[in-house]
Amino acid sequence: MRPGDITAAGAGLLSCLTCGLLSQPASHEEDANACPRCGRRLHVRKPHSLLRSWTFLVAAMVLYLPANLLPIMDTESLIMGSHSDTIMSGIVLLWKSGSWGIAIIVFIASIMVPMLKMLAMLVILVAVHQGVSTHCHDLARLYRILEIIGRWSMLDVFVVAILVTLVQLQLLAAITPAKGALAFGAVVVLTMLSTMSFDPRLIWDSAEHARRRPHG
Amino acid sequence: MRLHGPLIACRECDLLQRPTALAGHMVARCSRCSGVLYQPLDDDLDRPLAYTLAATILFVLANAFPIVGLEVQGQTTVATLFGTARTLYDENMRALGVLVFFTTIVVPALQLGAMLYLLVPLHAGRVPTLLPGAVRMLQAIRPWGMTEVFILGLLVSLVKLGAMARVQPGVGLWSFGALLFAIAAAVASFDARVIWAKYRPAPGGIDEAGRRHASSTP
Repeated sequence: MRPGDITAAGAGLLSCLTCGLLSQPASHEEDANACPRCGRRLHVRKPHSLLRSWTFLVAAMVLYLPANLLPIMDTESLIMGSHSDTIMSGIVLLWKSGSWGIAIIVFIASIMVPMLKMLAMLVILVAVHQGVSTHCHDLARLYRILEIIGRWSMLDVFVVAILVTLVQLQLLAAITPAKGALAFGAVVVLTMLSTMSFDPRLIWDSAEHARRRPHG
Repeated sequence: MRLHGPLIACRECDLLQRPTALAGHMVARCSRCSGVLYQPLDDDLDRPLAYTLAATILFVLANAFPIVGLEVQGQTTVATLFGTARTLYDENMRALGVLVFFTTIVVPALQLGAMLYLLVPLHAGRVPTLLPGAVRMLQAIRPWGMTEVFILGLLVSLVKLGAMARVQPGVGLWSFGALLFAIAAAVASFDARVIWAKYRPAPGGIDEAGRRHASSTP
């Protein structure tokens, strides 16, 4: 057996995700091993990775509806009257007022990224459960992208925070945050937690498993 | 099973591989999943320390001064970084206020604090006592620092307000913009492997730079 053919887990070694050290497990109990160098608790794979990832993902999907349907802020203005903005209506407003570039950025960060993130996580999780054999590279790349773009969905939460703070001029207008913003913030946090809980090594484990038992 | 010689495991797919020496700006990638295995070790702590010090000064400025002001009919309101989180909290959006406070102030402050805690003594040739904990914390909180997302949010807000009022950029805004680059540079130039190499030789194992230590006892 040569390196390049076998995983650390296959060789009975534990790999530390903090400092990169490979070590022999000192104990056979699942929770009892710590990295001999940095002290991080070691596991063969992130514990309960799939269960946690699924839980956060389903919660995010449930909240995605109120996040998009409920208003994220209410505006009261002497000149323009009062109205409520959902994420989508805010984008439409930007588009109509001629700020196309900004409208597109907000659309990507607030609508597309969360939706694609949840879909991608769903695809990865289902693939791992079913035993992927061919698309490992695509799934691994997809996961890498998820890790990077997740935070950008917070954009609209920050926009609401800044607008609410600045527009407190009682005479002219007042902006207050609404329930949708809360749901939206929760969606962003939950999708990030779902991505973090997932262990990308499971993609390759699943492929290995499928390869060894092609008819199983 | 015994595998001899220096080995590393890919963080993304767990495949064991033998590290080889790298030249210049090459990056070693996993032979199976193409994830980054390691980059050349840069032993120099001057650059990360300089970026971190710059980022710390900018962070203090960005927090001390208003980021932006809004002028309508002679009345001006200003927003500070803390103020935006505080307003949400006061407007009955406590969870959201805490989230904004955490991602724009607490996490960047912890990041900079931990990096200074690590880099200042290491630069002087000493090893800080809580080194492993500090590196672990840095790794854990990294995804939650959202300075650059906040800047984009600021840009979007200013465009939205541009139609109805005059926007006055504040000292905090410029500091914040510069902070964005300083934090990115500090985090990018901060190579945790250098820290581990300076911390202590890996007992009972093979380190990520591919050195197996004599003291290893399986």
